[in-house]
Amino acid sequence: MAGENSLRKGRRAPYGLLSPGMLWLILFFLVPMWTLLRIALSTKPNPFLPEYEFTWEWSNFSDAVSRFQPELVRSFSYAASATLICIAIGYPLAYYLAFKAGRYRTVLLGLVMVPFFISFLIRTIAWQTILGQEGPALWFMQTFRLVSITDALGITSSGAFLNTPQAVILGLTYNFVPFMILPIYVSLEKIDPGLISAAQDLYSTPRQAFRKIVLPLSLPGVFAGTLLTFIPAAGDYINAELLGNVKTSMIGSQISKLFLKESNYPEAAALSFIFMAIITVGVLVYARILGTDELSA
Amino acid sequence: MTASIATDAAPQPKGAKAPKERRPLRSRWLGIWSALVYIWLFAPIVVVVAFSFNDPAGKFNTAWNEFTFDNWLHPFAKADYTDALIVSLKVAAVSCVIATILGGLMALAISRYEFRGKGFVNIILVLPLTTPEIVMGSSLFTLFFARNLDFGFSTVVIAHILFCVSFVALTVQARVRGFDWSLEDAALDLGSTPLRTFWTITFPLILPGIGAAFLLSFALSIDDYIITSFVAGDHTTTFPMRIFNANKTEIPPQVNVIATMILVFTGTLMALGARRAVKQAKL
Repeated sequence: MAGENSLRKGRRAPYGLLSPGMLWLILFFLVPMWTLLRIALSTKPNPFLPEYEFTWEWSNFSDAVSRFQPELVRSFSYAASATLICIAIGYPLAYYLAFKAGRYRTVLLGLVMVPFFISFLIRTIAWQTILGQEGPALWFMQTFRLVSITDALGITSSGAFLNTPQAVILGLTYNFVPFMILPIYVSLEKIDPGLISAAQDLYSTPRQAFRKIVLPLSLPGVFAGTLLTFIPAAGDYINAELLGNVKTSMIGSQISKLFLKESNYPEAAALSFIFMAIITVGVLVYARILGTDELSA
Repeated sequence: MTASIATDAAPQPKGAKAPKERRPLRSRWLGIWSALVYIWLFAPIVVVVAFSFNDPAGKFNTAWNEFTFDNWLHPFAKADYTDALIVSLKVAAVSCVIATILGGLMALAISRYEFRGKGFVNIILVLPLTTPEIVMGSSLFTLFFARNLDFGFSTVVIAHILFCVSFVALTVQARVRGFDWSLEDAALDLGSTPLRTFWTITFPLILPGIGAAFLLSFALSIDDYIITSFVAGDHTTTFPMRIFNANKTEIPPQVNVIATMILVFTGTLMALGARRAVKQAKL
């Protein structure tokens, strides 16, 4: 019996609880987005001063796209490759954890998180060690004379792992794969095992049962995992800087350089805005295709 | 179809022992695949820990030279790294306390009340999570620049609170979903004051969620590079910034020692938490 003075009955109470957090999000998330847009539409009268003037300069956007098209394309294709590899690596593992791991499930699930206990940068530098000229990966390949095979397969470029696009994609995959494994695991774990045995009782083959029951029910997890890996991977530039070369530079390093080194704020803001717009449109289209509204779940 | 009936009707010798395992071959491949993935996930961690015992030949700790305990005996020998670590810990402590309070209150409001504008609040909460760090960093940079703020400790804290608040709110919200809030009403009906009800009923119930959210945001804060690099200015350097800036010049093995310490510390914390959760589940 809820009394007259229930804590949940106040009309103003929720707004009171929300206001400090909302104020923060509005002041430091929405307002900066507005500032970013304004600066993206500004001009820079003096090339040697950081000052800018708001002039509805729409051409900033087209200039930014034409100047940084290679980086934009590269960012999205690296992120897409990394995301696909994450699905290929993460889905079987999540399936194993959800259905086969038995009593070790909790421990194995916890182990997926362990890479996060090491700083992102230090993890990536460790890949420099592994893939480097004196590292174990190359030593193994050379000892067994496998370099020509890996070259042919596109895993190495002229006998080197490091400073290649492949290394950047590997780094992106490694750093974001837990974000793929966990949501897929959550959606697989929710599936009622009774559904699978029902399918088997009705004479479906394991393959059919997987395709018609498990796969569709796990799609929300794949969807969430794709967003959680693709968005940060496309914006990341640490992997490209530490594992790649000058030809693997991604959009993030260009934005960062324009802001912090060249102080060309209008162009940097325009580039940043375009990047976000592409991602937002992509996410909406992707959500429409997969037909899930679990964005916030 | 007939094939599937046949396999069901005549289980293989191994399947006879464990009737649950219907597809022994396939699950074995899954197991092997999973083991390989775990090896891959842990390879860099093994390298980080092993190279904390390395005595590097040059300025970079990337090739194995000689075993030594020296780095562990002097883990804080490199002053600029230690200073940067202290800056990072300070930033994380301040911003996580504030973010946990702000985010926790928001989670309480969203999960306990029905009110107008809830959908809007939910969208605003999720947006920072779906915005790439580089965009968040550059937009904060433009705001601070346009308002002529001094870049430094306080701007870093503002940014860290921002990206932690959403994580906190969503984590706490997930933990308190399906709560029996009528417990509070019961306490009130029995004459408890609202404040006392909050401290004796509500707070203990949400405490595990708050704790998890605090640890998560601490981890996020201490590891952030991209956003921080935009708002830190020239005189504030966090631990990740220090490493990134030095990547082309010098990475001492002390970095590995500190990373290993953090790994062991968080690993122990998580194992203890997991053990407590298992114990509670058994009760």
